[in-house]
Amino acid sequence: MIWETVRLSLRSIRRNVLRSFLTLLGIVIGVAAVIAMLTIGSGTTQKVKADISKLGSNLLVVRSGRPASPGGPGGLDQVVRPLAEKDLAALVAHLTGARAISPASQKQVRVIFGTESLTSGVTGTDSAYLDARDWKLVSGRPFSDSETRSGTGVCLIGETVHQQFFGAGDPEGEIIRVNRTSCKIIGLLEPKGYTGFGQDQDNVVLMPLHAYQRRIAGNRDIDNIYIAADDSTPTSELQPRVEDILRDARRMTPDRESDFAIRDMTQIADAMASATTTMTGMLGAVAGVSLLVGGIGIMNIMLVSVTERTREIGIRLAIGAHEKHILIQFLVEATVLSLLGGIIGILIGLGLAGLAAATLTIPFAPSPAVILLAVGFSALIGMVFGFFPALRGARLDPIDALRHE
Amino acid sequence: MAAGAPLITFEKVWKSYGQGEARVHALAGVDLAIKRGEFVAIMGPSGSGKSTAMNIIGCLDTPTAGTYSFMGVDAGRLDRNRRAMLRNLYVGFVFQGYNLLARTTAAENVELPLIYRGVANRERRDLAMQALAQVGLVGREHHTPAELSGGQQQRVAIARAIVTRPTLLVADEPTGNLDTARTHEIMELLTKLNKELGLTVTMVTHEADVAEYAERTIRFLDGHVASDSMNMETA
Ligand SMILES: Nc1ncnc2c1ncn2[C@@H]1O[C@H](COP(=O)(O)OP(=O)(O)OP(=O)(O)O)[C@@H](O)[C@H]1O
Ligand SMILES: [Mg+2]
Repeated sequence: MIWETVRLSLRSIRRNVLRSFLTLLGIVIGVAAVIAMLTIGSGTTQKVKADISKLGSNLLVVRSGRPASPGGPGGLDQVVRPLAEKDLAALVAHLTGARAISPASQKQVRVIFGTESLTSGVTGTDSAYLDARDWKLVSGRPFSDSETRSGTGVCLIGETVHQQFFGAGDPEGEIIRVNRTSCKIIGLLEPKGYTGFGQDQDNVVLMPLHAYQRRIAGNRDIDNIYIAADDSTPTSELQPRVEDILRDARRMTPDRESDFAIRDMTQIADAMASATTTMTGMLGAVAGVSLLVGGIGIMNIMLVSVTERTREIGIRLAIGAHEKHILIQFLVEATVLSLLGGIIGILIGLGLAGLAAATLTIPFAPSPAVILLAVGFSALIGMVFGFFPALRGARLDPIDALRHE
Repeated sequence: MAAGAPLITFEKVWKSYGQGEARVHALAGVDLAIKRGEFVAIMGPSGSGKSTAMNIIGCLDTPTAGTYSFMGVDAGRLDRNRRAMLRNLYVGFVFQGYNLLARTTAAENVELPLIYRGVANRERRDLAMQALAQVGLVGREHHTPAELSGGQQQRVAIARAIVTRPTLLVADEPTGNLDTARTHEIMELLTKLNKELGLTVTMVTHEADVAEYAERTIRFLDGHVASDSMNMETA
């Protein structure tokens, strides 16, 4: 009986292919938008999470200046008191629960090899940096302690710099110019790709902190201190210890607010993820509205269909159909119609999401739950918006319906 | 129900439309009894209440006042769905305008009442083929109404009416749209079904020679039964 009815409704949909399709457009667009949104959204979330973990999981980053407070001009704070080598030394000496502690000062600098040049992110740091950031070398070696201490002109380069200057060739031992100084390449960093914000993580040059301070920055400041927690210490536990040690090292009386900020990358990751979730939710709601419009389209076309087929309804009623038979017939038709729209929408949505994933280099992350939900939701729309027209058909008086032209 | 008791009884049946000044009485106190197996022709001028009476007989409609009983049941007081059930089980309809589902084959049209009776696919097809054979439409089963002549369409409609083996056939001007030759063919078919299956037939017609196929003629006038007489045996 139900199968019979489904076949019947498919037939009547096929009879008016163009009209059915136009009716479905609302549902198709709505479902496609929802599916594309949610799929791209979850891909972005995954990507952001992966990016943040690339920044280093369980990582604290200390910089000078007060923690960003509403209304507080961060720019002024920056100049107050930079981090210095004694702060780093205090952390290295007293901090427990850290796997790696490393200074980093950064600047965008023009890097030259032969006739080629490239603006690169140059970082002055020490040998613990690779460990703190969880970066690896493809070839070569990290700075030795003596190179770090004396500030020798050696450097590690990222894949982008490698490509630009040497193509596939071996860069080790080559000398590149960084700003007005030269340094010898001793190692190549593993490629890390772009961040979700479009930043090339491979366009980097690392050199010993002292070399950087002396030849590039021209001061003895440390911009950031990276602290990687060991596996048994949560960053939330590490953070107050860091704060205590630094306040001590910087001789701050208890009444003064800290003139440095400690950022917890795990928290940032969570915040970013929840931001994308909120965004996705909002866009999903907008798409939901278009589904509603689609539902009204279904209702409209079903009303037309019931009117057009009044005589058919009369015949069916005369030969013994009950109200519920007519009701079910039109409900099934509306449901099949909007399900069809839903399925087309899902395919289009997935296609769009796949395209976006390829273009934005985010993972293509279709969720079976979301797809199932979309199927269920479009069926529900058919039922809800098809109910009133179906009821109208079922309630027709057989004599009036038979007389209808 | 005792044998020989009327299949159909009207007791002071009224059917009225509209309110106040505009009130029209399509039936004004009709008394009537039709027995099982009868072949009755209903005649009368336009607007005299023939179709109204037929709709009540076929349990499509209910009287405004009075009692209509069908097979001993007070059908005039049953709800929509119960009347639908009565129609499905015991009544076949034939209309002037055939009323077949368009773009649906003859066989599918004939199967329709069986679907609402919950008959299985296989059996439905067999019964439909049988009914189509009974009305002489072998070889046309898979034609749609648009591919059939008027006479053939009316045969499909008759097949649809008898496929459920009903007790009563209600035919409102079944030959109204047909030419003379086709009219007589259809009337012979109805006579055959009446004789061979014992089908009770009530039929509205405007034509005296069509009414002659019946055993009995009831004449309506202004919502009353004006005359009710047995026909001379013609066959
Ligand atoms: N739904 C309705 N609303 C109002 N008046 C109606 C309705 N149905 C029938 N009537 C009136 O009832 C009267 C009888 O109508 P009915 O259809 O029974 O006539 P009839 O004998 O079948 O006529 P015809 O030979 O033209 O088919 C007519 O006056 C008609 O206008
Ligand atoms: Mg009439």
